[in-house]
Amino acid sequence: MEDEKKLAEFQTRLKNGESIEPKDWMPERYRKQLVRMISQHAHSEIVGMLPEGNWITRAPNLRRKMALLAKVQDEAGHGLYLYSAAETLGVDRESMINDLLSGKAKYSSIFNYPTLTWADIGVIGWLVDGAAIVNQTMLAKSSYGPYSRANLRICREENFHKKQGYEIVATLANGTDAQRKMIQESVNRWWWPSLMMFGPTDKDSPNSAELTKWKVKIHSNDDLRQRFVDLTVPQAKAVNITFPDPDLKFNEETGHWEFGEIDWNEFYRVIKGYGPMNRERMNARKKAHEDGRWVREAAEAYAKKKKVLHEN
Amino acid sequence: MAEFDVKTRELLFNYILGIADDRLILGHRLSEWCGHAPIIEEDIAMANIALDCIGEADAFYKLAATFDTEGRSADDLAFLRDSTEFRNVQLSEQPNTDFAWTIARQFFTDAFYVPFFEELAKSSYEELAAPGAKALKEVKYHLRHSREWILRLGDGTEESNSRLQDAVDNLWMYTREFFEFSDSVKLLYELDIVPDNSALLEKWKETVLPVLKDALITIPEDPPYFATGGRNGLHTEHLGHLLAEMQVLPRTYPDAKW
Repeated sequence: MEDEKKLAEFQTRLKNGESIEPKDWMPERYRKQLVRMISQHAHSEIVGMLPEGNWITRAPNLRRKMALLAKVQDEAGHGLYLYSAAETLGVDRESMINDLLSGKAKYSSIFNYPTLTWADIGVIGWLVDGAAIVNQTMLAKSSYGPYSRANLRICREENFHKKQGYEIVATLANGTDAQRKMIQESVNRWWWPSLMMFGPTDKDSPNSAELTKWKVKIHSNDDLRQRFVDLTVPQAKAVNITFPDPDLKFNEETGHWEFGEIDWNEFYRVIKGYGPMNRERMNARKKAHEDGRWVREAAEAYAKKKKVLHEN
Repeated sequence: MAEFDVKTRELLFNYILGIADDRLILGHRLSEWCGHAPIIEEDIAMANIALDCIGEADAFYKLAATFDTEGRSADDLAFLRDSTEFRNVQLSEQPNTDFAWTIARQFFTDAFYVPFFEELAKSSYEELAAPGAKALKEVKYHLRHSREWILRLGDGTEESNSRLQDAVDNLWMYTREFFEFSDSVKLLYELDIVPDNSALLEKWKETVLPVLKDALITIPEDPPYFATGGRNGLHTEHLGHLLAEMQVLPRTYPDAKW
């Protein structure tokens, strides 16, 4: 009875657009869905460091090297404050990381594709961060305060990354023949996986209804995907890059760019762990975790000794 | 812009390259950790230090470029020279091996660069003093970070102590190049442009030895051979591989701009 009353109050607060804070009462399902979503987002930032990190040591000049290093560093920072946001819901970082390493928790499937050329660094900034921004701009308005604020901060930095990414794309697109070929080839590989970043189509999205009810999500996957396509197609045209979709065309009536059917078989296959890089990404994370164990143990042992010393 | 004669310009070019190469190669090594560190906080800290190092390298390359008779840019100097033209100390190119090696390499380097930049910041040549003063603020933070980790690892667990001891033992022979006071450096010193770096060895020891002792690390005996040659383009086998990776794009596409 008590809970029903609290639930009604909670829903009124959501309806009024109030922000829910860590100490507020919240339904268990709300807490569970947020933990799943925020930790998944944090894991994506951490795993997402790998494909771009792959090019830090090969960035072609000092400016690009610093920009890429700073970008990947930002992602570590995003991971850190997303883990902190999730911790406000009563889970600790270590258990979240264990869930990632055991395969129980998911991360964005986009990072299961390889970065094969320098052009991929530009394209990830432009398309992958571009798609992430569309999604995170919505999440910055989500009902849970700490998550909403984390996304606000992330978006500010991601906008900068996207700008840098597009600048690399434009530089290559206006460069030598080899560079032009490099950038178009990269876009061909990343376009469809970028569209998949918005998740299943609305009718097949298992969590959407509940997330919308809790005002964690405000727009549907398909709406966000459409928004991304509408934003991105003109940017590609501006630098004479094409997308690998023969069905891509502008609909004068709706004012939207229509696009072809996403390969949902590929989408579900990669989510289930069978993309080109799922194993490698997880192995790299596991290796970093295992190799770092003695360091974490040393830091902990040292902190304990100092504490004892301090207390005596 | 100060007026220097041809000989001094050549000496300065090589001297400044030495600093820039030290910072770039060290920063590159640190950047290899990005995404693979023991904890996220260290991913961030090491990327931060790497960024400082590469930023410092950039500033010193730009200054070196003003003395280059071949008119090369900062990027050309970083990406189009061969290993025998690199003038960094061999310590900076040593591989990461494990976190203890990375920290020991960093600590030994920071313990030199803090007093070095302190002195360089006093150079009568303003263009050299300014990046020195800026870098000083950064390396002070680096030293705090590496010093703390030396203590944690040395006085942490048995395993961390033995790993750090191993790193210190292996890297000790690379710790003297910083203090080589060659005839060329001496000429610049006499013009009041650069510090007497041989005088910094005592300061280095004052920083390093007590911290290693506190960290329960046995100070290695001085070996019969200390590594030398980096300042003249002689390196360990590691640098060639590092450069092959770092320089691959500008070397493969010589006409391209990035």
